[in-house]
Amino acid sequence: MLADGPEKTGDIERIKNEGKELTKEEKQRLRKEKKQQKKNKEKKDEKAPLESEKEKKPASSSPASQATAQPPTQKASSGVPAPAPVPVAASEAPSPVDKPAKSKAELKAERRARQEAERASKQSKKGEVGQQAAPSKAKAPPSELQPVVKRLPEHIQVDNPEVLKKLAKKLERQQIPLRSDYGYKVSLFSHLHQYSRKAPLTQQLSIPSSVIHPAIVQLGLQYSQGIVAGSNARSVALLHAFKQIIRDYTTPPNEELSRDLVNKLKPYISFLNQCRPLSASMGNAIKYIKKEISNIPSQCKEEEAKSKLQDCIDCYINEKIILAAKAIAKYAIEKISDGDVILVYGCSSLVNHILCEAFEKNRKFRVIVVDSRPRLEGREALRRLVQRGISCTYVLISAVSYILPEVSKVFLGAHALLANGYVMSRVGTSQIALVAKAFNVPVLVCCETYKFCERVQTDSFVSNELDDPDDLIVTRKGKTHLEHWQDVSSLGLLNLVYDVTPPDFVDLVITDLGMIPCTSVPVVLRVKNVDQ
Amino acid sequence: VTIMPGADKETDLSERIEAFLSDLKRGGSGTGPLRGSAETARETTALLRRVTAQARWSSAGDLMEIIRKEGRRMTAAQPSETTVGNMIRRVLKIIREEYARSRGSSEETDQQESLHKLLTSGGLSEENFRQHFAPLKANVIEAINELLTELEGTTDNIAMQALEHIHSNEVIMTIGRSRTVEAFLKDAARKRKFHVIVAECAPFCQGHEMATSLSKAGIETTVITDAAIFAVMSRVNKVIIGTQTVLANGGLRAVNGTHTLALAAKHHSTPLIVCAPMFKLSPQFPNEEDTFHKFVSPHEVLPFTEGEILSKVNVHCPVFDYVPPELITLFISNIGGHAPSYIYRLMSELYHPEDHEL
Repeated sequence: MLADGPEKTGDIERIKNEGKELTKEEKQRLRKEKKQQKKNKEKKDEKAPLESEKEKKPASSSPASQATAQPPTQKASSGVPAPAPVPVAASEAPSPVDKPAKSKAELKAERRARQEAERASKQSKKGEVGQQAAPSKAKAPPSELQPVVKRLPEHIQVDNPEVLKKLAKKLERQQIPLRSDYGYKVSLFSHLHQYSRKAPLTQQLSIPSSVIHPAIVQLGLQYSQGIVAGSNARSVALLHAFKQIIRDYTTPPNEELSRDLVNKLKPYISFLNQCRPLSASMGNAIKYIKKEISNIPSQCKEEEAKSKLQDCIDCYINEKIILAAKAIAKYAIEKISDGDVILVYGCSSLVNHILCEAFEKNRKFRVIVVDSRPRLEGREALRRLVQRGISCTYVLISAVSYILPEVSKVFLGAHALLANGYVMSRVGTSQIALVAKAFNVPVLVCCETYKFCERVQTDSFVSNELDDPDDLIVTRKGKTHLEHWQDVSSLGLLNLVYDVTPPDFVDLVITDLGMIPCTSVPVVLRVKNVDQ
Repeated sequence: VTIMPGADKETDLSERIEAFLSDLKRGGSGTGPLRGSAETARETTALLRRVTAQARWSSAGDLMEIIRKEGRRMTAAQPSETTVGNMIRRVLKIIREEYARSRGSSEETDQQESLHKLLTSGGLSEENFRQHFAPLKANVIEAINELLTELEGTTDNIAMQALEHIHSNEVIMTIGRSRTVEAFLKDAARKRKFHVIVAECAPFCQGHEMATSLSKAGIETTVITDAAIFAVMSRVNKVIIGTQTVLANGGLRAVNGTHTLALAAKHHSTPLIVCAPMFKLSPQFPNEEDTFHKFVSPHEVLPFTEGEILSKVNVHCPVFDYVPPELITLFISNIGGHAPSYIYRLMSELYHPEDHEL
C-alpha cells in the first residue's frame, strides 16, 4: 500500500489540478492512504515505549532467563503504579522489590522519563481511531505492571478465550496439567471456573512428578478434596509446605538463591491455584515469602539463607496467626457476658478458639451453631464445642429467624476483609447478618489483620468460587430428584462458596490491633503498607 | 336384629370421618403421602356435604352444632392444617346465609357489621336458628357444590393472572415447592421467556422437585442452597412464593426460610408476591407462640450417625416461619390481586365473626 501511495497521490493531484471533482473511490483511497501513513508514523513512535512494555511482559512470552535480566527496568516501571494497589491473585503477582542498590533519586529520574515517554505517545495516539491503541493495550494486561489498567486476575476472566489460551500456554510451559471446567455453568457466573471434585488435578500428573515437589502435590490434593479447609488452615499448610521446599532446595550453579527460588515457586503456586483458587490469606502469605526471599543479600551462604527463610516463615505463622488469635480472644472475651446466648455460623477456627477461651475463663453462656448445606461445616464446630463441655443448640440456616429472638450476640468469622469495608466470608454469612440486623442483635466479626486485602467488591458475583455442583444432590424419602440434572438442558445447580456482607450489617470487627468498625479497614491497610 | 337404613348411613358416615381424621394425623407427621392444601380443602368440603346429606338434623342450628363438633375433632387431629378449619367456617357461613335467605330477611342487613349497627343494636342478635325450613337441606348442598367447583378452579384462576405480572427476561426467585406457584410460572412460560431461581429449602429440599418440574416445562431454572439467598438476591427482579396459611393480619405462615427470603427482598427493594388461593385465608392471628410453630423430627438436620454428640445437643427443626405483612407487596388469589392491608376485609366476606372460634 505504501508503494502505491506516492503514485496514487500523484494521480489524484493531477485530477485536482485538472479541476475535476474527486470520485467517491478516489476520496476513499485518499483517506486510506492518510490513515496508513499516520499508522506507520505511530508504529515508529510506539516502538520506543512498547519495547519497554515488552520487557515488563511476563516470562510467558520470553524465556525465564530474560526475565531475571530485566529486574532493573521492571523496578523502574514498578515505581510508576505505586498508588495503584497490587492485585491479590499472587500467583502472577509481581515482586515490587526495591533492591538496596538503586537509590531513590535514580528511581525517580527513571520514573519521570518513562512517564514523559508515555505521555508523548499518548498524545500522538489522541484523535485517532483508537483501535490501534486498544489491542496493544489488551496484549499488555497479563504484564507484570500496568500504569493505567490494573491487571485482572485470570480466575475471574474464564469467559475470555484469550485469557484462557494464555493460561493454557503458561501451564504448558510450567508442565502443569490444565483442569477443565465441569457441568453446565449458570449464565451469571460464566466468568468463573467450576470444577468437579471427582476429577482432581493430581490424576493427570505423571508419577514421579519431576516438576512439582511432592509436598505440593499432596497439598494440592488436600485442598481440592476439602481435607484442608478454612483460610487459616490452608495458609498454615501452605507455609509448612514452603518450609519443606526450602529445606530440599539447592541453588543450581550460576544462579542466585534470591531469584531462582522465587522462580521455582511460581509453578507450584500455579499448580495449587489450579487445584483450588487461592484464598486472600494465602495470597498475602505468598507475597510475604516472595519479598523475604528477594531480600536475601547475594553474599549470604545457602545454608544460612535457608535457615533464615525458615525462621521467617515460623515467625510469620506465630505472629500473624497464633498470637493474633490470642489477642483477638482477649478482646472478644470482654464482649461475652454471663447468660449470653451466642450464635455462630459454620466452622471458623478463630471463633471456636474464642469460645473455648471464654469457657475456660468461666463465662456462663450457651452457643447456637447454625449450619448450611452442602458443606455442613457446623457439625465440626459442634463437635469441638461439645467436647469442651459447652452447651450447644444446632439448627440449619433456614431456621435462623425462628431461633434469633433467643440470641443475644452473633459472632462471625471472615475469609477476608475488603478495602471498602465489606466482609468476604462463607456463603450464608451475609444472610445471618441481615436477619440479625432485623432482630436488632449485634453482629461481631473476628478477623486477623493478615486477611485484610486491598481488593474492593460490592456483590457476590464478580469474584467468587464455584464449588462442585454435584454436592447439591441429595436423597430425601428415597427419591433423588436432581440425580440426572445434567440431562435436562435448562436446569443448573449453583454451589457458591463465598459471599460479601455489607458493612452496615456489621457492628464491630475484632482484630489483633483492637476493635474497629468495618469502615476502618483501609486505614489499617495503609498503616500496614507504611510499616512494610 | 334388623339394622335400620338410617343407622347404616350413620356408621358409614362416622367411618368416613374417622378415616379422614387418621389421614390428617398421618399426613402432618411427614411420614404419610404429602397431600396439597387444595386436596385437603376439597376432601373436607366433600365430607361436610356428606354430613349435611346423611346426618340427622331438623333445623339449621342442629346442623351447625354437628358440623362444629366434627370440625373441632378435625382441627384437633392436625392443628397445622388450617385449610380444614377454613372450609368448616365457610360451610357454616353458607348455612347462615341460606337460613337467612329462607327466612326472607335481606342478606344485606344481616351481614353488615357496621359501626352504626354495633352502637345502635345494643344486645346480641336474636338469631337462634331454630326454625325448620324444608328446602334448606337442598339449598345448603347446592351451595356446597358451588364451593367445590370454586375450589377446583383456584389454581387455574391464579395461573391465568400470570402474564399480568411476569415480563420477559425476568429473574424470578422462589423457595420450596408450591403447586400454585408452579402452575403460575408454567402458565407464564408458555408465552414469555424468563429465568427462575429456586432455593432448595433444607432439610427436606422440596425445591429440588420444583426445579426439575419447572425445567421439564422448558423454563431456565437454577437451584441454589438456602445460604445463597442473600448473595443472589441482588440479581432477582421478583420473588414469587406460595404459603401454607394467610393470617388475619395479612402475615404469612410459610415454609421455614421464607422470612429470610422476605427480609433479603426488602433490603434490595424487590417485590414479594404471594400466590395464595382464598381457602388458605385463616382468621388466626400470629400471637399464640405455642400453637404457631410446628416441629418435626430433627433426624434430617442432625442424623443419628452423629451419635456421640446427639445426646448433648439440642436440635430444632421448625417447619414454618412467620412473615410479617410489611414485607409483602402483593397477594394474588383466585379472585384477583390484593394488598396485605385488604386481607381483613376479605375475611369478613368469607367467614362470620362468631365462627372464628369453632
